[in-house]
Amino acid sequence: MITIPYLTAVSTYFSYGLLFAFGQLRDYSRRIFDWWSTNNLHGYAPICLAHEDFYIRRLYHRIQDCFGRPISSAPDAWVDVVERFSNDNNKTLKRRTKSTRCLNLGSYNYLGFGSYDEYCTPLVIDSLKKFSPSTCSSRVDAGTTSVHAELEECVAKYVGKPAAIVTGMGYATNSAIIPVLIGKGGLIISDSLNHTSIVNGARGSGATIRVFQHNTPAHLERVLKEQIAEGQPRTHRPWKKIIVVVEGIYSMEGEICQLPEIVSICKKYKAYVYLDEAHSIGAIGKTGRGVCELLGVDTADVDIMMGTFTKSFGSCGGYIAGSKDLIQYLKYHCPAHLYATSISTPSAQQIISAIKVILGEDGSNRGAQKLARIRENSNFFRAELQKMGFEVLGDNDSPVMPIMLYNPAKIPAFSRECLRENVAVVVVGFPATPLLLARARICISASHSREDLIKALQVISKAGDLTGIKYFPAAPKKQEEVKDTIKLD
Amino acid sequence: MDTNLVEMCRAGLKWFTMLLDAPSARIVLFGVRIQGHIFVEVLLGFVIVFLLSQKSYKPPQRPLTEQEIDELCDEWVPEPLIPPITQDMRHEPPVLESAAGPHTTVDGKDVVNFASANYLGLIGHQKLLESCTSALEKYGVGSCGPRGFYGTIDVHIDCETRISKFLGTPDTILYSYGLSTMFSTIPCFCKRGDIIVADEGVHWGIQNGLQLSRSTIIYFKHNDMDSLRSTLEKIMTKNKRSKNLRRYIVAEAVYQNSGQIAPLDEIVKLKEKYRFRVILDESNSLGVLGRSGRGLAEHHGVPIEKIDVVTAAMGHALATEGGFCTGNARIIDYQRLSSSGYVFSASLPPYLASAAITAIDVIDQNPELLVKMKQNIALLWKGLKDIKGMSLASDPESPIVFLKLEKSSGSTKDDLLLLEKMADRALKEDSLLVVSSKKSFLDKCRLPVGIKLFVSAGHSDSDLIKASESLKRLASELLL
Repeated sequence: MITIPYLTAVSTYFSYGLLFAFGQLRDYSRRIFDWWSTNNLHGYAPICLAHEDFYIRRLYHRIQDCFGRPISSAPDAWVDVVERFSNDNNKTLKRRTKSTRCLNLGSYNYLGFGSYDEYCTPLVIDSLKKFSPSTCSSRVDAGTTSVHAELEECVAKYVGKPAAIVTGMGYATNSAIIPVLIGKGGLIISDSLNHTSIVNGARGSGATIRVFQHNTPAHLERVLKEQIAEGQPRTHRPWKKIIVVVEGIYSMEGEICQLPEIVSICKKYKAYVYLDEAHSIGAIGKTGRGVCELLGVDTADVDIMMGTFTKSFGSCGGYIAGSKDLIQYLKYHCPAHLYATSISTPSAQQIISAIKVILGEDGSNRGAQKLARIRENSNFFRAELQKMGFEVLGDNDSPVMPIMLYNPAKIPAFSRECLRENVAVVVVGFPATPLLLARARICISASHSREDLIKALQVISKAGDLTGIKYFPAAPKKQEEVKDTIKLD
Repeated sequence: MDTNLVEMCRAGLKWFTMLLDAPSARIVLFGVRIQGHIFVEVLLGFVIVFLLSQKSYKPPQRPLTEQEIDELCDEWVPEPLIPPITQDMRHEPPVLESAAGPHTTVDGKDVVNFASANYLGLIGHQKLLESCTSALEKYGVGSCGPRGFYGTIDVHIDCETRISKFLGTPDTILYSYGLSTMFSTIPCFCKRGDIIVADEGVHWGIQNGLQLSRSTIIYFKHNDMDSLRSTLEKIMTKNKRSKNLRRYIVAEAVYQNSGQIAPLDEIVKLKEKYRFRVILDESNSLGVLGRSGRGLAEHHGVPIEKIDVVTAAMGHALATEGGFCTGNARIIDYQRLSSSGYVFSASLPPYLASAAITAIDVIDQNPELLVKMKQNIALLWKGLKDIKGMSLASDPESPIVFLKLEKSSGSTKDDLLLLEKMADRALKEDSLLVVSSKKSFLDKCRLPVGIKLFVSAGHSDSDLIKASESLKRLASELLL
């Protein structure tokens, strides 16, 4: 629950109202101007309706230089951010040849595999020379190489399930798997802050979708009871099956899911659990096995475990792990397995090598060091930020920490101030977050050293003072100060 | 006794009539003499009004009690998550032990590979491997972020510029997965209420995009221009409102499910007559059709500006992964913020983007690869012309050679099993790797199934002859 100070809420609404009014004014004058000039559509309806991209044209373009910053080096702890300039007030941005070396607090590089690694990269280059970048074929035709078979075994063993299936993209994994498992007559209950890929997969399946309050097992139980008793809408026939979809770490909140309670509720009401560990696999837990290990949940209780390799393993692709029968069924019917090109073989090799490093099977203890370092770094950074008075979300041990900004003007201000001091941060606003709750999101990596973090804290503190986002006083007694606030979910 | 009762009744009646006929009998209201019966009628009127104003009878609402809800929850038995596994679901695909070039190794044996869409033979090309190696050493494998959050690497921007230059379009946007290109692009431009006319043979990615867009979808017969014309005619005349809606025609350049080539010049003529926009999927025609490999537009001599949106997956002729969409600047700019597969997903690994740039350079500099591939297709057609039990259903110029079953057994499942057996025997007995059609239950395409061969410029003449001999033998054994 985020409590937004009253004054801040009023000023944020006012700022958005002002921006909206100015945007409408400019649209109106543009329409008058266009009325004079000829229309060259010749009977076609316009491809982008005016109101659909109002937000993009009038609000987003003003701060476009804070997003989509190109880099010209590997996404490691320090990264070269390419400079850009604009001649037409940020509508289009052009690259310069110069780039500045910045501390990278934005990439999803939790265990530091995002750049040249002494164990992984030579193996990857070998597999590239042997198998070449792509197989040009789907997994069932000629796209399964020995590396793919080894990868699926490796992933299944790592996650703690009997079998696994791997696809080439994490987003497509959700969109292609959920329609295979459930269709019309089924019910999907998903957390209110689930990722777009889950929402799209659920919509594509044709099942009925209900939402429960973010990370609140009591509300989930209420929804389950109501829905089972009521049955399908209008016909009241019993549901064919119910799948509850939750995520391990929510990427915009940094919170860890309350898995033990949710799993016990689902067992009681005979619903299936689908866990999306996109951000948590490899990043939390003693050996990096994700939220099940951290919270002590038996993996046999979670029916379907899904995850991606982009974040902690420095590669690409997604996986689903489950029972042998489930994986066999998916291999026979999943469209991503039957029609899409298989995952690139060097990327698959990277995942295998990364898992070996994490488990210590490469003969060194780099994996254990990385895991310990990311835990230390996250906890240290979060504690320091909270001491300075920032409003930081997320649980302990989670490497994702959003810092609340709220006001739309503070979004570009914070981002540009930090970039000026050579720290690259990620800021997010509407529509990825609710309108009032804009935030800056820090992702800690195991390759950040203590000095890097201290420098980052200094720069963020300075930027925070300039933009006025230290909503809490820099003292531990935050509870009494929160008066006159309005609660927002 | 009787007389007492009668007396009482008579007295009561007399009293009653006296009451009625008493003073009111002398009142004259509005020229009407008020008599006793008026009172009865007024009373009846009140009764009628009272009855009409009563609400109709509803059975009382009785929401379920907690105990009843608990009982229902205990009684409910869900279906199992997956139906029971049958024997045909346990079929294992062949596992390759070397690169998927024209010749590959399966189970230690050398096998001729017609199952990879490696049309120009770029798998294993030296220049591609060199550029990938240098990209891997510089950037690592993954890009660790979506395009909006430091996942944009300069190779992505270079790749987009190179593709735009190659195809002659203003701008390009790069996607990280071939299949997601179509199902992210279509929902961007088509919303509820818009009209889409699509070919019935489009592949699953496009079908999923159409379903996610929630627009009105009308299918026309596979690659049949008369059917398309009549469909467009019907839409534009019957539906008056359709003039203000966005209208699209969706087609593939070379259909993955049948190997046919779309007649783009006729589609463009129809589109201009009825004012539709065209979305074209050029996955299997990029680098293959046209004099210099620029795709279907060059093949038919149509200027590329007439096609509004062109998408393609790069996992075919370009021997890399990912996909792209190209068109005019407004369309591409809009996708950078509204296309869900671009915004909410990590970007393409940088070494694959640099592989794409090198592949396009190789295509530009080596036009003889296209000539060789076209010769190979012609040779394979000659060899398979008189195969028994199957017929060539694809276009003579398409790199996907599709042999459809002439006589179907009636059930698609049995056909698929038969084709699978044929492909397995081809692999085991003749060391030939071909593709038998596979269908997911989510795929709505109902085109005939068969055996597919992907012809590559790297195949030698002996490979092609071996393939045709082997398939002819197996067809005569298994299908007759």
